[in-house]
Amino acid sequence: MSTSQLPEVKSTEPNEQGYRSYSLGEFTFRRDEHFAHIDWPTGRHVMAVEPFLKALMRDIAWNFFYGTVNFDSVIGTVNHYGDVDLFAGRFNEDYRKAEIDHLENFPHDEIKATFEAMLGDWVNESFDPFAAPQETGSAYGDKSGNNMAAVTRTRVTAKRMIGMPDDELLRSDESGYTVNRMFADVDQSEPEVKVEPGYEKEVSAFSLFKYLSRSDVTWNPSVVSVCKDSLYCPTTEEFILPIIHGNDRVEWFIQLSDEIIWEVADRETGRPRANVVMKAGDCAAMPADIRHQGFSPKRSMLLVWENNSAALPGMIARGETPNVPVEF
Amino acid sequence: MTEYKTVFGSLTNYEKGGVEAINDSPQNYVFSNLFEVASRAKPWEKVAVAKNMEYVIEAIRAEGVSPWRIAAHDEFALVMDGQVTIDLLDPDSVTANPTSTGSVAVDGEPSGRKMGQIVAKRGHMSLLPANRCYRMSARDASVVLLQTILGPDTLQRWPDICQRH
Repeated sequence: MSTSQLPEVKSTEPNEQGYRSYSLGEFTFRRDEHFAHIDWPTGRHVMAVEPFLKALMRDIAWNFFYGTVNFDSVIGTVNHYGDVDLFAGRFNEDYRKAEIDHLENFPHDEIKATFEAMLGDWVNESFDPFAAPQETGSAYGDKSGNNMAAVTRTRVTAKRMIGMPDDELLRSDESGYTVNRMFADVDQSEPEVKVEPGYEKEVSAFSLFKYLSRSDVTWNPSVVSVCKDSLYCPTTEEFILPIIHGNDRVEWFIQLSDEIIWEVADRETGRPRANVVMKAGDCAAMPADIRHQGFSPKRSMLLVWENNSAALPGMIARGETPNVPVEF
Repeated sequence: MTEYKTVFGSLTNYEKGGVEAINDSPQNYVFSNLFEVASRAKPWEKVAVAKNMEYVIEAIRAEGVSPWRIAAHDEFALVMDGQVTIDLLDPDSVTANPTSTGSVAVDGEPSGRKMGQIVAKRGHMSLLPANRCYRMSARDASVVLLQTILGPDTLQRWPDICQRH
């Protein structure tokens, strides 16, 4: 895209705390020392700025993800894979009844540019929105520098498998990925691989658990292996998933280590449907008509398994995809 | 200061969570535990523990020596317990039907050129490349989680392995 085609980002001069305000359609976003304030023609909402920035970070890094990214029970986005809804109260039964909900649709590049600008301006140098609570500084206070290195991390997306020639790299002390304090007991050995000459691009193995033990981010699935449209997207989790993910397709979780508790609610209304307690070796599907949020008491390894078929958005739009993966 | 212990499961030592339904059926979550599934399986049975359209993840109890297999697409084997040796072969004459999904067993000992060998322990992931033959072996009962596509040998035992109530 040339400079002349870059989407316009509408922002103000910095306020007395040093932060710019942003507008998208009829939505406006402003922050002060403690809070993010979101306004729209029929209502307003306030969030503590730390959870707001953590949610905003995931929404951008995941390219608006699959389906709905609820920042909380009021604000969020819906990905239509080319354009994106920004909403307030759309998936909140009471906001809808009171008719103060609001939704606007934006071209993907326009909303992404505004969100990226806002994140870059509102994240201070001591705060990393991807880090666990005890591994980062504060999000609060007056503007103090920035942390562009943290907020512009590239999501790891293997083409075939991590560690293969011409693919994503393994993690090591030398490459800056040290073992996380909560995974100090994880075996760091690599598999024994004997390769006959000529087969260097096909005989390959790596330690996924070592790789995950060295992740410097939480709640950020990255692709490690690709079987056509089947993507293994493992991630390390600690504390609370900063968004409430509203599915538009079935998603699977395989708990590789430790434990996560998932709160599951109805995607449209937010009414509770189930709690899913997952321990090492547990496998569970998230149906396509729910929203979910995870709680991980200790840093854990979770395999998120996604179907990235290009046919799915059309099938979803036509109502052709099942809500549950298996009937029995 | 807290000393953290990372909890992994195994065939002989796993703790299962579950679905606590509030206003839903537990069946909608297709909840199982791969160690429990493997502990009840025969060696080398390919039991689906996750399915998303045509794609599956299979839990395999690895014990002894498997038949040689081949698939028309890449597969990925993650050892979840124990130790598994994988031999890879570039076959002379055995081929996978290009439109087929999942792997199929190869009769007997295929001829071809040795590609290499992988010895994988818990947490190690190996590529099983498309159109190559592979054979797994494990001296002690181990568990492999296989990323693949639904095939003729995939076993779907959902009523037996999943939480129903």
